[in-house]
Amino acid sequence: MSVFREFLHDNRFAVAFLLLCLLLFLVILSIFSPYHPRRMYQVPRSLPPSWEHPLGTNRLGQDVFWQLTFAVRNTLTIALIASLTSRFIAILVGMVAGYRGGMVDRVLMTLGDITLVLPILVVLILVSLILRDWVRQLTNLGLLLAFFAWAWDARVIRSQVMSLREREFTFVAVLSGMGTFRLVLKQYMPFVLPVAFTTLINNMSYAIGMEITLAYLGLGIDPSVPTLGTMLQAAIYRQALFLRLWWWLFTPIVTAILLFIALYWLSLSLSEYLDPRARIQRIGLR
Amino acid sequence: MNIVRGYLIPRLIQYVLVTFLGLSFAFLLPRLMPLDPVEQQIAQYQSFGVYIPPEQLEQIITTLRQLYGLEGTLLQQYAGFWGRLFAGDFGPSLAQYPASVIHLIRRALPWTVGLLLLTTVLAWLIGTLAGGMAGYYQRSRSMKVLDGVAMVVRPLPYYIMALLLLILLTFIVPIFPMSGGIGIGRIPSFTLESIKSILMHGILPALTLVIVGGVISFQSMKLIVQGVRSEDYVVYAKAAGVKEGTIAYRYVIRNAMLPTITQLGLSFGQIFSGALITEIVFSYPGIGWLLYNATMNGDYNLIMGITCISVVAITTSILALDLLYPLVDPRVRYR
Repeated sequence: MSVFREFLHDNRFAVAFLLLCLLLFLVILSIFSPYHPRRMYQVPRSLPPSWEHPLGTNRLGQDVFWQLTFAVRNTLTIALIASLTSRFIAILVGMVAGYRGGMVDRVLMTLGDITLVLPILVVLILVSLILRDWVRQLTNLGLLLAFFAWAWDARVIRSQVMSLREREFTFVAVLSGMGTFRLVLKQYMPFVLPVAFTTLINNMSYAIGMEITLAYLGLGIDPSVPTLGTMLQAAIYRQALFLRLWWWLFTPIVTAILLFIALYWLSLSLSEYLDPRARIQRIGLR
Repeated sequence: MNIVRGYLIPRLIQYVLVTFLGLSFAFLLPRLMPLDPVEQQIAQYQSFGVYIPPEQLEQIITTLRQLYGLEGTLLQQYAGFWGRLFAGDFGPSLAQYPASVIHLIRRALPWTVGLLLLTTVLAWLIGTLAGGMAGYYQRSRSMKVLDGVAMVVRPLPYYIMALLLLILLTFIVPIFPMSGGIGIGRIPSFTLESIKSILMHGILPALTLVIVGGVISFQSMKLIVQGVRSEDYVVYAKAAGVKEGTIAYRYVIRNAMLPTITQLGLSFGQIFSGALITEIVFSYPGIGWLLYNATMNGDYNLIMGITCISVVAITTSILALDLLYPLVDPRVRYR
């Protein structure tokens, strides 16, 4: 608990934590929504914000606030699937490449370099165009995004494992007959997990950004399923700006911005906490 | 000759290998998928309620297969893919039929290259200089404000930034034109009017790219300088009475600026994707806009062509950056 209190002293962490709690509250609220997330014309169209409809209603006859609760839930689901899967791949590839070295290492790293060098947006467009029906599912979109997000962190983990491999405790473990699998899992995992955790947050940010971008192009998730991307796409596509339905357009934009900022600040303060040098610098500056 | 064998050749081999694998990946990707693009195309026609008699359907399928290069075994297709690639032939565009893909790309490329080149250089220059100052003069109030702004802008993706600028500067405060690369009906030429129109249309996309790219450079440069400023040679220079400004610019910032070029090269794929999405938001007539139209029309050939061109463009510019870098930085002269 004291660690948490120390974190709250960091203003960025406090703000980020508050924002994320707020968004999580929205996610929980979505369970109690009085409206169906995908059905249209359930409420009067194009009403400005009022007590009854806190964020107004859109041109499709949906309540924007309750729509938002579903959107945040679905967007966070995609982000979590994408980032957890890509973390799993990154840890696996990084550890195997770092521990085995040699040919395996070279093949895996070249594979990673290719996904780094490819213009991600173009490739994602190509894939989601060809697999239009497959990508419409939340889980599948998450998996697709994960496939292009592991390479950089696998590289970081690999170099970490490579240096751990030469440490004495590795030799002790190997000499005392510890199996490779157990060695990696028990001895190396604690070193690798912090990296994986901070990159997890950055990765969520990437996945959300890509989800929104793909939705804007009319690709990715099924447009009738509310996510931040599809909400924004619907508002832009139906000219919310020119119809002066600002509550419809700005709700997803502002929410997305807050979400991006919260995730970024959270990852900053976490990586600062995990890197003691940066922590000393910060305390010294006070 | 040691330079050639020790650095140049391995780097060139790596370039060829990565480009080759990247293009093969682009070839293989659509073919790994469980769905057949030809069948999908047919399903699309049929979903419009078009009735196609069976023998015509057969004919359409073979024609489409030819167009997509999907005839024969996988190996034959692969050989054909490389053959056409070297000839620079990606077939005709399916949506703008008689025009060839390469012609469309050639028309759009100058817009993207111009935008990308200008903004990448500007973003890097502004970002690193400001970041260097923010890192060196940590306690100054104006630098703290700048840092605060960077903290908010940094996590925003290109798309959101472009949208915000679009709404703010063309709709709420209508200063700039909303879309296009040049006024409607104009043909780019070297007259004053034409250049002015190009500039006015280009400012917002360029601003988006400079802000997002600049903030990334700013943050990484700030971190580097914070590390460098506590190094011995800086303390020594201070003790020897070298002026603070001289230390900051000539010793610290210049020193830390060059390594960020390598970082720039590594993130070039992302910058390119960002430029594409920015073009789409502003309907700027470059590769991104072309790609957008291609996806809207399901123009498979055009998308394939753009993918291949982008892969080659990105790997080549990273190579160029890597090879030019030692000319700029005396510390890593080819050994």
